[in-house]
Amino acid sequence: MSTHNPKPLHPCDASQPNTSMVLYGESFGSRMMLGTSRYPSPQILKECIESTRPAFLTVSLRRQLPSTQQTPASNVFWDLLKSAGTPLLPNTAGCHSLEEVIATAEMAREVFETDWIKLELIGDDYTLQPDTLQLPLAAQTLIQKGFKVLPYCTEDLILCRKLVDVGCQAVMPWAAPIGTGKGPMNPYALRMLREHLDVPMIVDAGLGLPSHAAQVMEWGFDGVLLNTAVALSQNPLLMAKAFDQAVKAGRMAHEAGAIEAQDTPQASTPVLGTPFWHQS
Amino acid sequence: MLSITINQLPFELPPGSTLQDAVDLFGAKPPFAAALNLNFIPKTQYAQTPLKSTDEIELISPITGG
Repeated sequence: MSTHNPKPLHPCDASQPNTSMVLYGESFGSRMMLGTSRYPSPQILKECIESTRPAFLTVSLRRQLPSTQQTPASNVFWDLLKSAGTPLLPNTAGCHSLEEVIATAEMAREVFETDWIKLELIGDDYTLQPDTLQLPLAAQTLIQKGFKVLPYCTEDLILCRKLVDVGCQAVMPWAAPIGTGKGPMNPYALRMLREHLDVPMIVDAGLGLPSHAAQVMEWGFDGVLLNTAVALSQNPLLMAKAFDQAVKAGRMAHEAGAIEAQDTPQASTPVLGTPFWHQS
Repeated sequence: MLSITINQLPFELPPGSTLQDAVDLFGAKPPFAAALNLNFIPKTQYAQTPLKSTDEIELISPITGG
């Protein structure tokens, strides 16, 4: 595998840069997906959404409080989602078994009225690493039930190949564990994955900086999913805009086809006609 | 009486109660969805789903997610 700057996987039309992201046959103008958790306030989340117009907003489901404990604020988030005008991507966060995943996904489909599902099947409560051994079966079962599955997975090529084999039309490998902000921990594996599997890939989890997002987009990944990196930054709205621009810049760079990195310096300015030069 | 749990909280219902009765007793407010013993039950089937003691019901609603 080359360690140099990757060339585009598919021919790119110079007159139409930054082409849409296509998932399960649907086109999306943005290549950024935004999580909705951990923001300082619903208003700040709303501003980030309006400013960046992400492809999806990820959402989840949790136990409702008994009626005696509910407050009027309970529906603020639901009202925000309804007015956002952005496609929703429910997740199965917190699920540890196939049964939990299936039940949660079906409940999400009824509540959010969408077939899209971000499949999360957690294998370890500390690292929040996906259960890679059960993930293909979970994905296959959901696909058979009519879901459009975006599986949260590791950067393992064999796992991703199996997810595609069972019907996933995209995969979402992590850069690093959820919420760590470390950026791509294993660039070699991510780039190997990108070079050997031709399906849309969205880097989900572990990004911390816009430069991380630009980097993976330059490598040819199709999009990114962000939450903590934006929500817990000191200025979430500004950070959301920074990530939005980084994703676009990285994609444009990928489509532009970067130069190959090399060890030998080469002058940019022509040598011929250099003033004061003497033959030695 | 039927002894069941809803979201891991104990509730009692008369014999012959359905999932709809449990939802009403809990006071669930839309939007929400239900599962009975790890099985999703569509809204349209609440009134036709009988309960028995030790049944575990989950009533879940939208929240933020990553």
